[in-house]
Amino acid sequence: MSSSVLSSVPAAARLSLPVWVGPLITLGIAFGVIPFVGTSYLFDAILTPFLALSLAALGLNLLTGYAGQLSLGTAAFMAVGAFAAYNFNLRVEGLPFVISIGLAGLSAAVVGIFFGLPSLRLKGFYLAVSTLAAQFFVQWALTKFDWFSNHNPSGVIDAPPLVLFGITFGGAVGRYLFALTVVTAVTLLTLRLLNTQTGHNFIAVRDHELAARVIGVPVLRTKLLAFAISSFIVGVAGVLWAFAYLRTVEPHGFNLDRSFQILFIVIIGGLASIRGAFFGAALIVVFPLVLSRVGSFLLGSYFDSGVLDMSQRIVLGVLIIAFLILEPRGLVALWDRVVRGGKAR
Amino acid sequence: MSTESLAAPVAAPHKPARAALPLRKEPGAGPAALRLEDITLSFGGVVAVSNIDMSVEPGEIRAIIGPNGAGKSSLINVISGVYRPDRGRVWIGGRSYAQVPTQKLARLGVARTFQNLALFRGLSVFDNIVTARVFARRANFIEQMIGLGRARRERLDARERTERIMSFLDLTGIRHTLVGTLPYGLQKRVELARALVASPQILLLDEPMAGMTLPDKRDMSRFVRAARDEFGMTVILIEHDIGVVMGLSDRVTVLEHGRKIADGTPAEVKADQAVIDAYLGVVHEGDEEEPAASSGSGRRVSSNGGLR
Repeated sequence: MSSSVLSSVPAAARLSLPVWVGPLITLGIAFGVIPFVGTSYLFDAILTPFLALSLAALGLNLLTGYAGQLSLGTAAFMAVGAFAAYNFNLRVEGLPFVISIGLAGLSAAVVGIFFGLPSLRLKGFYLAVSTLAAQFFVQWALTKFDWFSNHNPSGVIDAPPLVLFGITFGGAVGRYLFALTVVTAVTLLTLRLLNTQTGHNFIAVRDHELAARVIGVPVLRTKLLAFAISSFIVGVAGVLWAFAYLRTVEPHGFNLDRSFQILFIVIIGGLASIRGAFFGAALIVVFPLVLSRVGSFLLGSYFDSGVLDMSQRIVLGVLIIAFLILEPRGLVALWDRVVRGGKAR
Repeated sequence: MSTESLAAPVAAPHKPARAALPLRKEPGAGPAALRLEDITLSFGGVVAVSNIDMSVEPGEIRAIIGPNGAGKSSLINVISGVYRPDRGRVWIGGRSYAQVPTQKLARLGVARTFQNLALFRGLSVFDNIVTARVFARRANFIEQMIGLGRARRERLDARERTERIMSFLDLTGIRHTLVGTLPYGLQKRVELARALVASPQILLLDEPMAGMTLPDKRDMSRFVRAARDEFGMTVILIEHDIGVVMGLSDRVTVLEHGRKIADGTPAEVKADQAVIDAYLGVVHEGDEEEPAASSGSGRRVSSNGGLR
C-alpha cells in the first residue's frame, strides 16, 4: 500500500515502523480495552459522537481534501442518511439494519450527485455557495413533508434498536461498538479506494484539472463520483449520529452549524488525510468539555452555559484562523512533526 | 525508418489496436503522424496563430521555435484540444478534428507536457506516472476496490509499464517521493515519464527544458532522443535554446507573430535569410520587449546568432 496518498508521514518515521502498526494498535485498544474500562459517560458523551463526526469528516475530506471540491452541505447529507435509514427500517418489513444503512448511504449518494452537479461548472467558493442549496433544501423538505418523520407531530422520532448480523447493540457500550465497527469498515474501504486509480483520479483533478483531462481522467465523472462516495460516507455517518448517538431522528440537529463544524474538523485535522478526520473530530468533541472544566475551575460560577457557549465559539474561531495561517496541513502535520522530533533526539 | 521495428516493445502486448496504428501506412496521402491544416486562432481581436500548415512525419523530432508570443504554445494547445481554432483542422492518425477532444487525447495516442509544471503535487513520483494509464482502464471503482479480474490485470499492466518508464528515465530511486518536493529538473523528468507511460505515438513537449540547468538540459535531450529511438514516437517540442534545438531535432518550424516563416532541417533553417533576420540575428522593433519578458532566452538567441 503506498502511503503517500494517505498521509504525509515523513520518510524517517515510515521506515522505522510500517504505517499500519499505529492504526492497528489503536483499533486493538478501541475494540479490546476501552469497552471494558470506559464509563457510560465516556461512551455516550465522547466516543460515540466522536466516531460519528469522524466518519462525516472522513466523507467530507474525501470530497474536499482529496478531490478538491468544497462543500457546505455535509449536514444535509447526514440528514438524508439518517432519515433514509429510519424510513427503510420502518417501511420495509424485516429488512436487516445493515441493508438499511447501505440504502441510507445510497440515498445520500443520489442526493449528493444531484447537488454535486454545479461542480461541473463551478469551482471553489462558488461551488461551496451552491452546495448551501443542499443544506437548506434538505432541511426544508424534511420539516415540510412529515411523511419523512412518519407523521409524528413533534417531528422528533425515536430510533429503533441497533441490530447488526443478529446481534443487538444495546446500552452505551453496545452503541459505541456498533459505531466503531461501522467506522472501521468504512474507513478501511476508503483507504482501499484512495489507493486505486479512482483515488488517484480524485487527486489528479484536485491538483491539476487540465493535466488530468489531458491524460484521460474523466474529469466530470470523477467529480460526481467524489460527490457520490463522499455523500455515501456522510450519509452513513448521519445514521450513526442519529441512531447510535442521539437515538432520535430530527432535522434540526443537521443544520448549517453542523456542516461548518465538520468542515472545521477537516481543516483543523488536516486536509487530504484520513487520520486528520479523526484528529480533528477528537479536538472538536473534547475541546468543549475541557473548556467547560477549565472555565468553571478558573472562574467558578461566572462561567455559566452562556459564557461557555460564547467562549467556545471564540476559541474555536481563533484556533481555525491559527491553523489556517500557521499549519494549513492541520493537526496531522503537527503530530508528525512532534513524532519526528522525538525520533531525532 | 527505425520507427516500425521499435514501436512494438511498449505498445504491443495489451493493446493491439493501438499498437497497430503507427505501422499502418495511409494510402496515397503519405504517412504524416500529425498534420495541421490552415490553423488560425485568435483571442478576442488578438491573433495568436494564423494560417499555419505543418506536417510531421512518424518518428520525427520536430522543433517549433520562435520568439515569445510567436504562438508556439497556442499551437501545442490547439493540437491537444485545449483551444479550438477559429479555422483549420488538425489531422491525427488519419482523422481530422475541428477541435481535438482533449478527454480522448491519450486514447488517440497523443501525450503532452506543459510549459509550467503540471504534476499532481499530492501524489508520489510513482503514482503520478501510473495515473497516466487511466485511459486504458475499464474497471469501475468497485471493481478496482475489489481488485480482481480485469481491474487486477489493468493494475498490474499499469504498474509494469510505470516500472519500465521509471528505469528508462532513471527515476526508480525516488519512486515514493512526493513530486512537489523534487528539484525542478527532476519534476520536468517526471512529467516526461507521465507522458511516456501512455505509450503515445505523438509526444508534445511544451518547453521541456525551460529554466533548466545545462546538465539537466543535456539529460533531457538525451531522454527525448532515446524516447524516439526506443519507442518510435513522433516528438513535437517547443524550445527557446537554439543550440539544443539544432542538435536535437530533425526538422524545425519557425514561427514569428503567429505566422510560419520557415520550415526545414536545422541546417536549412539556420541558413534561411528570413529566419536570420527575424529571429537569430537582427533585432526588430517588435522583439524589443522580448529580452525583458524572458531574460534567459533573449540573450541566448543573440549569442547563438554567431553560430552560422
